[in-house]
Amino acid sequence: MKQINLSKKLVGTLVLALLLAACKSTPMVDKPAAVEDKNPTNSASTMGDSSSADPNGIKELNVDGAASTGNNPLNDPNNILSKRSVFFAFDSDAVKAEFAPMIEAHAKYLLANGDAKLILQGNTDDRGTREYNLSLGQRRSVAVKKSLNLLGVQDKQIETISYGEEKATTCSDEACYQAARRADIVYVGE
Amino acid sequence: MIVKGFFSYLPRVIFTLTLGVVPHSSFAALTIEITGGGAQQIPIAIVPFAQESTAQANQQTLSQIVNADLRRSGLFKVLETGGVASRPSDISQIKYAEWQALQAQAMVVGKVESLAGNRLKVSFKLADVLKQTQLAGMEYNITPNQLRLTAHKIADVIYQKLTGESPIFASRIAYINKAKGRYALQVADADGENPQTVVSSAEPIISPAWSPDGSKIAYVSFEKKKPIIFVQSLLTGQRLTLANFKGNNSAPTWSPDGTKLAIVLTYAANSQIYLINADGTGLKQLLKSGAIDTEPQWSPDAKWLYFSSDRGGKPQIYKVSNIGGEAQRVTFEGNYNVSPRISPDGKSLAMIRNDGGKYRVALQDLATGQVQFLSDGGQDESPSFAPNGRVLLHATRVSGRGALAAVSSDGRVKQRLSESGGDIREPAWGPLLN
Repeated sequence: MKQINLSKKLVGTLVLALLLAACKSTPMVDKPAAVEDKNPTNSASTMGDSSSADPNGIKELNVDGAASTGNNPLNDPNNILSKRSVFFAFDSDAVKAEFAPMIEAHAKYLLANGDAKLILQGNTDDRGTREYNLSLGQRRSVAVKKSLNLLGVQDKQIETISYGEEKATTCSDEACYQAARRADIVYVGE
Repeated sequence: MIVKGFFSYLPRVIFTLTLGVVPHSSFAALTIEITGGGAQQIPIAIVPFAQESTAQANQQTLSQIVNADLRRSGLFKVLETGGVASRPSDISQIKYAEWQALQAQAMVVGKVESLAGNRLKVSFKLADVLKQTQLAGMEYNITPNQLRLTAHKIADVIYQKLTGESPIFASRIAYINKAKGRYALQVADADGENPQTVVSSAEPIISPAWSPDGSKIAYVSFEKKKPIIFVQSLLTGQRLTLANFKGNNSAPTWSPDGTKLAIVLTYAANSQIYLINADGTGLKQLLKSGAIDTEPQWSPDAKWLYFSSDRGGKPQIYKVSNIGGEAQRVTFEGNYNVSPRISPDGKSLAMIRNDGGKYRVALQDLATGQVQFLSDGGQDESPSFAPNGRVLLHATRVSGRGALAAVSSDGRVKQRLSESGGDIREPAWGPLLN
């Protein structure tokens, strides 16, 4: 038995001044600095060519599309470089042959653009523990990196990380689990 | 944000030794489920303390907090005292025959007195009802915001005296609460009261780890779109980026003396274990393998690091000397054993084992190798020993959402809590508070 002194004074150990240090995550995409003129008659200051458009019609402005049109193959939906996910079988980090053309295209892009850097993000489904899944997800990003290495891409253009199961949703069917088992390709600056 | 009333006192709940799902109208958001009890429960009467209604904390009086702590342990049968007319507040006022009639073996009396300068004097006595003697007595001179801690300390004195176990109640827990798309690392008293947010982010936070003195928490945050390890002071909120190397930075765990941490880095390969000083200097690799090595945990004597690895094909638990070298395999049954945690006495290994598709908390006797499942499982994770090793807190899932559960190290007493709207995971039980 431990002896405890009478009249033991409690010092302020239960300090409740736990300061909230809010972490603001950096937004990945800057907001477009689009200027929109609300007055269709004042055509002099409008950016878009709305003067000849029907003033009652609605013209959709797709800033994502505008940014990628023609000049960014990474975001061109018709370009294989816009394909960004490599899917894996259960408990596997083997890159399936069907993803070879896509990985080759990214390797070619990296070799042609020496300043480009990509991040490979490994993911797992939510079965198992978070830390172990983080390591399993890493296996998948490393597997894709090795494929890129074989095609001549240097490690300095690639960072392999893992989200583990953090992006996974709670699944009730195999299609859902399959969607979670993947490595995502993200270019730095995107 | 608030894990209101986690493990907290439910005034009208009668504990039974059998499975019981106990919803309570005034805590509609909360479901506590208690299963089992100790082999022998000590019948104890806790008399409401004199003048305690003048000094309540979170709508609870001192005696109610003591009552809830002792009940939760599963080792006590806390008797209903409403039928006894007398309300003794000191040993001399106890009419033992009344309490013997209630079949109490032990009883607690006490009082709260106001002192100058907005201070309080709390005193209590623990009596043996059969022998009619005093077993323990304490006096505390406190400020009103120390009421809950004082109640937990009183419960610890009673628990220690009557069970012979080390204290447990005057401690805190950390966990991640995901609500409304945000992740918050929170710290609460061991009974779930006083939740405080330590850090919050729109990106995931995982793997909180208490420094041995309870003043800091290391954790992994994805706030910069990759796992980075931070160490944050609870007192000042100041934080240090402990490890932000290329690749993953994860699985922090403190050495028993608090001077360094074991962490897991990947650079451009698989997870590997490194040691780093608590100030972020002196990084060195502990182990080299082509496999996954992760989730390092120090043994209490600091001689060994236990970790999970798939070096043998499937994830198993291994140990390695604190200076590296050859790893020895520790688990042999099953094909998925991860998240090693060593009990404070160094004798048992808690882990998560995949038992035919169910992830359960299991406890291995390190001397005999014998394994016992402690949780019924499903998707259980993150076992964490109480400071005295008698209870393990772990994550579980209820209706698809994260919840916390606790199980006694003999597997007899189980509790589960879920909070409506919240998704709670990654619990870590901190050290005792002074």
